[in-house]
Parts: sequence; structure tokens; C-alpha cells
Amino acid sequence: MSTHAKTRIVGASVPRKEGLDKLLGRARYVDDIELEGMWYGATVRSSVPRGFIREIRFDRNEDWNEFAVATAADIPGANQIHLIFSDQPCLADGKVNHCDEAIVLLAHPDKHRVREAVNAVQIEYEPLPAIFTMEESERQDVIVWGADNLLKSFLLQKGDVDSVWAEAAHIVKGEYRTGAQEHLYIENNGMIAAYSTEDGVTVWGSLQCPYYVHKSLLAVFDLPEGKVRVVQTETGGAFGGKEDYPSTLAAHAALLAMKSGHPVKMVYDRMEDLAATTKRHPSRVRHKTALDASGKLLAMDIEVTTDGGAYSTLSSTVLSRATLHSPGPYVCPNVRVQSRSWATNTVPYGAFRGFGAPQAIFAIERHMDEIAAAIGMDPVELRRRNFLHDGDTTATEQVMREPVILDKLLDRALAESGYLEKRARFALENQSSPVKRGMGIAAFYHGSGFTGSGERYLNSLAGVEVTAEGKVRVLVSSTEFGQGTNTILTQIAAEAIGLGYDDVEMAPPDTQIVPNSGPTVASRTSMVVGRLIERACQQLVSELKKHARLDEDFTREEFLAACERLRNAKGEVVSLVRYEPPPNVFWDDQKYRGEAYPAYAWSIHVAQVAVDTVTYAAEVEDFWSVQEVGRVLNPVLAAGQIEGGIAQGIGYALYEKVLLQNGHMANNQMTNYIMPTAEDIPPIHVVFEEIPFGYGAYGAKGIGELPHDGPAPAILNAIRDATGVRFDSIPLLPEDLFAKLGALQSIEQAATV
Amino acid sequence: MRGNANAHELIAPGSLGAVLELLANEPGKWTPIAGGTELMVAHAVGRLNAPKLVSLWNVRDLRFVDVRAESLAIGAGSTFRDLRSNPQVTADFPLLAQASTWIGAIANQNRATVGGNLVNASPAADSSPALLVYDAEVELISVRGKRRVPYFDFHTGYKKTILAPDELMLAVHLPRRFGEHRQYLRKVGTRRAMAISKVALAGTALIKSGLVSEVRVAAASLAAFPARLYNTESALLGKAVTPEVIRLARQALLAEAQPIDDIRSTAEYRRRVGANLLEEFLQQLAADGTAA
Amino acid sequence: MKEGCPAIDFMVNGERRTVQAAPMKRLLDVLREDLLLTGTKEGCGEGECGSCSVRMNGELVNSCLVPVLQAQGASIETVEGLACDAELHPLQRAFLQCGGAQCGICTPGMLIAATHLLAKNPNPTMAEIREGLAGNLCRCTGFIKIFESVVAAAAQTRGEAHAR
Repeated sequence: MSTHAKTRIVGASVPRKEGLDKLLGRARYVDDIELEGMWYGATVRSSVPRGFIREIRFDRNEDWNEFAVATAADIPGANQIHLIFSDQPCLADGKVNHCDEAIVLLAHPDKHRVREAVNAVQIEYEPLPAIFTMEESERQDVIVWGADNLLKSFLLQKGDVDSVWAEAAHIVKGEYRTGAQEHLYIENNGMIAAYSTEDGVTVWGSLQCPYYVHKSLLAVFDLPEGKVRVVQTETGGAFGGKEDYPSTLAAHAALLAMKSGHPVKMVYDRMEDLAATTKRHPSRVRHKTALDASGKLLAMDIEVTTDGGAYSTLSSTVLSRATLHSPGPYVCPNVRVQSRSWATNTVPYGAFRGFGAPQAIFAIERHMDEIAAAIGMDPVELRRRNFLHDGDTTATEQVMREPVILDKLLDRALAESGYLEKRARFALENQSSPVKRGMGIAAFYHGSGFTGSGERYLNSLAGVEVTAEGKVRVLVSSTEFGQGTNTILTQIAAEAIGLGYDDVEMAPPDTQIVPNSGPTVASRTSMVVGRLIERACQQLVSELKKHARLDEDFTREEFLAACERLRNAKGEVVSLVRYEPPPNVFWDDQKYRGEAYPAYAWSIHVAQVAVDTVTYAAEVEDFWSVQEVGRVLNPVLAAGQIEGGIAQGIGYALYEKVLLQNGHMANNQMTNYIMPTAEDIPPIHVVFEEIPFGYGAYGAKGIGELPHDGPAPAILNAIRDATGVRFDSIPLLPEDLFAKLGALQSIEQAATV
Repeated sequence: MRGNANAHELIAPGSLGAVLELLANEPGKWTPIAGGTELMVAHAVGRLNAPKLVSLWNVRDLRFVDVRAESLAIGAGSTFRDLRSNPQVTADFPLLAQASTWIGAIANQNRATVGGNLVNASPAADSSPALLVYDAEVELISVRGKRRVPYFDFHTGYKKTILAPDELMLAVHLPRRFGEHRQYLRKVGTRRAMAISKVALAGTALIKSGLVSEVRVAAASLAAFPARLYNTESALLGKAVTPEVIRLARQALLAEAQPIDDIRSTAEYRRRVGANLLEEFLQQLAADGTAA
Repeated sequence: MKEGCPAIDFMVNGERRTVQAAPMKRLLDVLREDLLLTGTKEGCGEGECGSCSVRMNGELVNSCLVPVLQAQGASIETVEGLACDAELHPLQRAFLQCGGAQCGICTPGMLIAATHLLAKNPNPTMAEIREGLAGNLCRCTGFIKIFESVVAAAAQTRGEAHAR
């Protein structure tokens, strides 16, 4: 167990570890790196959503001797991108399953020549019928994946929902939809690769998970572990968008490096990144809910459906998290969740902050407001009556052993936002104003770390070493891409040993140097990896005390002197530890029962929204977020995570639409994919309640994904409050509001025909 | 970056005369480029169909704001920053100053020019509705001479104008006679900044003895080019702004608007929001009328 | 130096520089490729994200939309020119303290836009800050910590001016 005594550095807002480099403009992102003799790569992509490749023609006017060309036939190992399953080819071979699928790779010393040469490669297809929606996929008229289009399904059952319907005082149904969302990291995907027969493959790039890329390259190149090296460069935003895709891009760049005999850089421009890389899974969630006369939940029958795109990628694990978050933070004796992910002929959907939870939480939190309206109860009161508390069991029959303080969070959120007073005031003002205001809330949890037994399978290894220069070096493959990994792990190590912040440094994120501490995903870095660093430091200190004559209390100099004694004795000063699950944790992968997550972060969001009935535009005017995320390691960084997640959630709700035409993203430019600007984001008020978690680093739980879960339902609930009209799908653009609100103001219908 | 800089020639002769000579000698061969906020975007996505470009940036004879007795003359090379920060523009033509703040964001306003905005001839051009309701004239110049044309005659179709291949826009002239007019301008974009308008509407009206004695209404994105809404104006002219007149004016706008469905919005939304904006303008007129 | 390309002279961060480049080459590419000033970033290439913001003759511009010929004779300021020797610019200090930078990719452009804002308006309102930074997209911070950084830097700069 961690101790939660007073800390010196943990809990302080020390400045970002790599902040100075970023502020001086000297941080090196992949596109800032040029290697001697480097060539540039480009990709020839499919222009049809599904079909056989009949012929690849290289224009005779181009001198192809100047180019390196790679196709599926050049792959030394397996033509697959290794993730959970291996159905996605590295390069399409004979058949394409979505638009913008990579078929041919080109490299040339001149980056303009290679761009132009892309157009000199003609692909001839024999088109096959393609499908673009989950509805088409589940109808199974056209089979585009496996035997039945079904990428994955889960069934979660608690009690017996069907025994309840007859006796229920209320039954409320609803269907909720969410669209795809683009990560829109400001740095596009990019990778540099080098290849030699002696050293194998080395890649440097913008990525989240060095060992995912590592594993994938091993398969594509059929190389032993020591012959693949992955180095993360400074990464300009990721949000899950650089969890799986870099494995593909790394393989492409490495193939070209192998073919050309030169290092090859591939950096996508915005149009290519938008068109060809993953997005958040679109979803449809149906709820059927039974309640007793007092508004207590009796049964929740939930159907979660996602569109997975053309290959399975991470759809199964995204679906899993959606399944586990779909019942919301409520107690219900009878729950059934049937979830399915279907294949379509679009670019595969992948990881994105929240990983299925935002979709599921949008549905349940929107649905709670519809239940409240249907049974004539205040939406706040309905939630309060059904909140989980300590000792309650979730849908997977996980007992809430840690304190659950939803009531307190809710009280705080209502008080901070002036919710009750504003709701009453807006109801009055709306009668005479063309701008209708409303307040909406969302209550939710986000499971920290991998689902179920995931962390046990990962079996992460992490630690610290002490360098000859007298610095403690954190050894993790957990990467920094803005969230603050470098800073908080440094804080944890400095705290655990008793050193200063500047005495600790991060080892380069290079698979030749750092062990596999697991992927940088799933809100696991603070809680899981941080705890490994805390333990590794404790282990080091205890070893120094045992074997290097370090006293019980010690100064920095005494610590370093002891390290030198240990180095002289052992040759190195390293302390590595492996993940150990908290005790009494049980998970049944088959029945989906048990401890779904080791810990949960809890949050209440409140949105104040204005709907202009002249323009049908909804704007968020003010936003409050109250959360319990365990111990807050760095308040400024933590608040930055919350604010950034909420901004992305606001975009998800009201602005960001992926427009597919024939399976190709038609609005693949920043001018047409609309994210909120500095003028569109409201003030965001962030409040933390801290309850240290016994098995996280200094009591930390996960934080990064939580804030993306709540904005969409809180905002749409506020729009319902403002207008009295329900909207059940996002993105909710002015055109969508117009479709319903405009019809209500039908004063000149006749004139428009 | 999909364009190739080496595939384009760009020269900067520096003076207006030299640019006009160039255009006269090889009409249609040279594409003028001012602040680049349109052409450089096309360049980036590999769609700049202009092998030879001539720079108008820093051509002094194009960048001026002259206050004359009867009018304001704005050089076509004036940036939108020039306009929004010019006290005379702000005082006499507040709608134009306001429209200037709509252009992208600060960096775009520092480069985008009023001439570029008009010659580019986007149906969604930000400065157009304001210029139309101020009765702007555009002055075109070539080695052959100058001509002045009402701005409402400048656009002839989608991305088409009357500009001859050897001509440049020299200036925009605004008559200084709108001080007494009620004025309205609103843009509905995809977001608050960096937005291309889904629809924008401008109006100026003079009310005399409770009746509309002069009115101009113009819109962006309600037709293939920014245009006055003459039928809507007719429905208002000579009338008192009553609820019935507002209803008829809305109907006129709904009938004469010819918006399209595209990547940014729908025709139906544009049409109805256009009518709502008109109503908002007219409600303000009506309220002003009662107040007076 | 490239054959057939004109020489372009300008000042970059106070130093006189000459490059030979195709006149339609973007100022962004000249800074990054010819002058190796890679602090200026490309996010979209279409003047939408502001990552490539620099100041040209004291005006904020997107360097991806400036053909380098139009920078002839101009004075250019990039992120590399903000800090004076070892002394951070007040905005850099404030971004560090207030959490204004996360992934850092928008940061150079954001700093330049903020510098421009404060140069024109040392005491901006929140609305003016939002407008001044509206052309610079940040996907990490939700902008709030950036606003706080600008407010802090403005206060500090005014304080310093006052102290003198």
C-alpha cells in the first residue's frame, strides 16, 4: 500500500519536465529531424471502398529507377499489422476493403517528386459491393468481414431483466447515436525508418506505444527482438490516434528504407492524415429501462452497437469498455448489455480518448434525462436516487470497496454552477428571449487502467536506474505526448527516493533502453506505471540500505554515495519491478463478471448552454467539472487534462463531423473539419475532490480520459432544458437543431415550397 | 504540402504600372497574388493552377484609404486589418469594419486584402454583403484605363466576375451617405472564428415618417455569388415595418434565395436562417420606429 | 544554394539572412529547411491552425501562406527569437508556470500570436485574448491554461514596466 503522508513534490504544480524545450522551439518532433542521405516516402491509396486490385500500372513517363517502390510482395514477414487480431494487412494485397487503404509505397530523395509520383501510379479495380453503416452491416446482406461481419460481441448479465418488465411502474426506451470523431492532434502522423541487415529496423516517430510498434515490426519483417528498435520522438498530441496507427506507418517507412537503402521519412500532410488514419467509433446505443414508482432502477436492458470499420484493430477492446460503462454510475439489480461491433468499408475506427466510454456515457446520461422527463421527476433527483455507493455492486457484480462520493460531487457541482437558481431563472427568461438557455448535467465514472485481466496480461515492467552522472533515470516505455507523463513520473521518483525534481530525468523513450511498461493508454500511466516507479524507488532505497550502507535518513549526497558503492559492487544501479494486481481482484473474461477495473474516477459535469433560435446554433456558455480522481499528483497538469478533455468533448457534441462519401472522408481539411477555437470554448471550472487510492502511485487514479466522457450528454441535456426538445445524436450541428426546432417555428412553410 | 514551389514562377515588379504592363503583354497568363490567403491554400493542396504569378503585396498604389468629401476610397490592396483599424471606416461604414473582423483570425486579416476577397468571388465572401448594402463601386484598372462599376454588377456567376484578363481591381469606393441609415450585419459561420460563412446578411435602411424610404439587403451564400436581394427590398420599400410586412419580406427572401447544399451546410438551413436574419434586422427597424 | 533561384534577403530574429529559394516556396519551408529554424511548425498547411505563426514586419502571419518572395526585405520573428540569451520571454515563463504548453506542437505559434497580441495591446480583456489567439488551434489544453498564461505574462510585463 502507498502511504499518504505529507509529500514534498507529489501534489505540487512543478513545471512540465520538457516544458522549456517546447517553449524555446527546440523540442524535436519527427518532422524536425533530417538524417544524412534521407529519402521521403509517400503512399498510393485505394480510391474505391472495396474491390479486387486487378492491375497496378506505373506511368511510363516517370523514371521509376529513381524511386524505391514497395508493395505487399516486398514484405519479408507477415503482411499484417499486429494488434489484437491480425486481419489488417500492412499493404493491400489483391484486394482493398476501404478507401485510402495503402497499396503501394514510393520513396525518392526529393519530397516533391515523390508526391507527384503518387499520381503516376494507376490502380485498376474490380469493384465489390461495399457497406458504410452499422445497419447495413448487421443486416448481413453483404458480407465484408469474416463469416458474418461481426467483429466482436459481448453479453453482460446481472440478475434477470426479463423478470421485471411486467411489474415495473415505468418502462422508458431510448436510442442514442454518436458520430465518428477525429483526434486532430496538431502534429500529423510521421515516422522515419532506417534499415540494415546487421541492425535490422530502427524507427523514430510520433507515437504513444513503442512496444506496440516494436511487436508489429517484428512480425512484418520477421526479425528477432533485438533487431527492431523503436524510438519515440517528441509527439505533438495523440489522444489515442497514435496508439495503433503508428504500427502501420512505421512498417511502411521501414519497408521503403529496406528497399531504398536510405533512411526514409514519411510525414503525412493534414489531408492524408484525416483521410487515412483512425477515428472514434460511431455508435448506436438502445436503452430499455424499468423503474419502480419511486424512480429506482429495476432493470436496464442495453444494446451497444459500434461501427468498427474495415478491420478489427482495437474494436473489441473499445467495445468492451463501452459495454462496461454503458449502465452508468448507478445501482441496478438487473442488467443486460448486449454489445456488438460490426465491420464496414471505411477506414478502421480505433482508439480515441475514452475508448468507447464517451459513446456509452452519452447514451445513458442522455437517457437518464429522458427517463426523468417520462416519469415526471427532476433529472438531478433521479440520478441521486440511483447512484452507486460504497458497498454496492456494479453491473459486473464488482463490489465498490473504495469510497464512492457521487452525492458529494453532485452537491459541489450544483453549488459551484448555481444550477438550481439558473435553471429557474432561464425558464423565466426563455419565454421572451430568442436565445434559450438551459442547464444540463452528466454523472459518470471512468475505469482506470486496462479492463478486467488486461493489466495482468500486460505484466508491465518499469523502474529506475541511477546514472554515473548522479541522476535518477526513470525507465518506462510510457510516453509523453502532452498529458504529463514525464513530469508526474519524475515527481513520483523524486518523492519516493527523497530527491529534488531536478535530480530525476526520464530515460529516452527507446526500446533499446527502456523496458516494456505497457502502452500509454487507458488512463493507466499515473495509477499503474506511477505505482511501479514508486515501488521501484522504494526497492532501490531498501537495497541501498541493505547492501550499500545507506542510513535510515539520508541526504542527496549520501544517497548518491551509496549508489556509487552499489555500482562498484554490482556494476549498475537499477531497480525494476513488475506489475502486481491489487489483492482480492477477480475477473471472469467469459462471463464478464468481477472487478472490471481496479479503480474508478468519478465526475459530475454541468453545462450551461445557449440556443439561438435565429441561427439554431447551440453554444456552451459556461462549464463546471467536479471530479474525484484519487490523489492529484500535479494540480496544474491535472486541470489541464480536464480542460482539454472537456474542450474535445464540446467539439464532439456540437462541432466535429466526419463526413463520409463512399467511405472516404470528404471534409479532410482543417477548414472543413471544425474543432472549437479559442473563441468557442467557454470558461471551464475544475474542482477536484481527493480520495487517495490505495494501489495507485501516491493514491492516484486515472485522469486523462474521464473529462471526455461527460460534455456531450451534459450539453445535450442542457439543450433539452433550454428548448424542451430532445436531441439524441451527436454531433448536433445547427442544421440538426434546425431540423427539429425549425419545424416548430413553421410560420412560412407554405412560402418555402 | 502537395504543391511544388519550383513549378510556379512568381515575380514582384513592385509598381502598379509594371504589373499592369505585364498583364497587358500576356493577358490571362499571369495570376495576381496579394496576401496569399486563398492562392497559397490552393498551392498547399496541389490545386494551384497558375504557372505564373505576380505579387501585388506591398504595391503602394493599391494600399490606401482615402477620405474624400463624398466618398471613401479603399485601395484594393488594403488588408482587413487596415480596414478594421481605420477610424474613418469604423465611423462611416461600421458594417465593413465588423466584416473585416470576420476574416479568419488576426493572421489572416493581416494578409487578406479587400481586392482579393472580391476578385476571388466566393459566394461566401465576408466583405461582400456589407459592401453591397453600402452601394460600393469597384474601380478596375488596366493599361487601357480605368472604369468604375457598381459592385452589385461585378459578380456574374459562381466564381465569375467582369474583371478582364489584363485588369486589376484598383479600389472600392463607398459613398459617405449612410450615416442616417439603420444598419445590420450578421454572419452565421461554422464557429466563432476561422469560419467560412454558411450564410451572412447585411442591411441598410432609411426610415422616413415611419416608412422605409431606402433599403438595401444583401447576402452571402444564398446564391452563386454575393448579391443584393432585390425582391426582398421591394417588399419593404415604401412600407411601414409591420408584422405583416416582415412576413411578406421573409417570403420574398425565401423565394429569391438560391442557396445550395454543400460540405458546410444545407440549402434549406441557409434559406431559413437567411430569413431569420432578415427578420432580426426588420424587428430592430420596427423597434427603432416605435422608439422614435 | 540553388541554381536559378533568386536570392532573398531578410532579417530573421534580428540577424540578416540570405537564401536562394524558389519564390513560391513557403516562408515556413524556408525557415525550416533553409535556415533550420524548426521551431515554427506545420499543422495544416492552409492557414487554419496557426502552428506556423511568425511575425513579419511586426504583423502576425501564417508562414505557410507567405511565398518567400513576399518576405524580401522583411523582418521576421520566430519562436527561436523570443528568449533573449538565457532570459526567457515573460510569455515563455508564464506558459511554463501556468501549464500553457502540453504537447507543445502549437506552442511556438501560440507564443508568437500571444507576443503579437501583447505588443499591440498590453492589457487585453479576456475577449481580446480569445480573439487574438483564435487563429491558433490547440487540441490539448482547451485553451484555458493558455489564457491564464497570457493574463499572467501581461500582468508581469506591466508590473515590470511599472517598476522601472
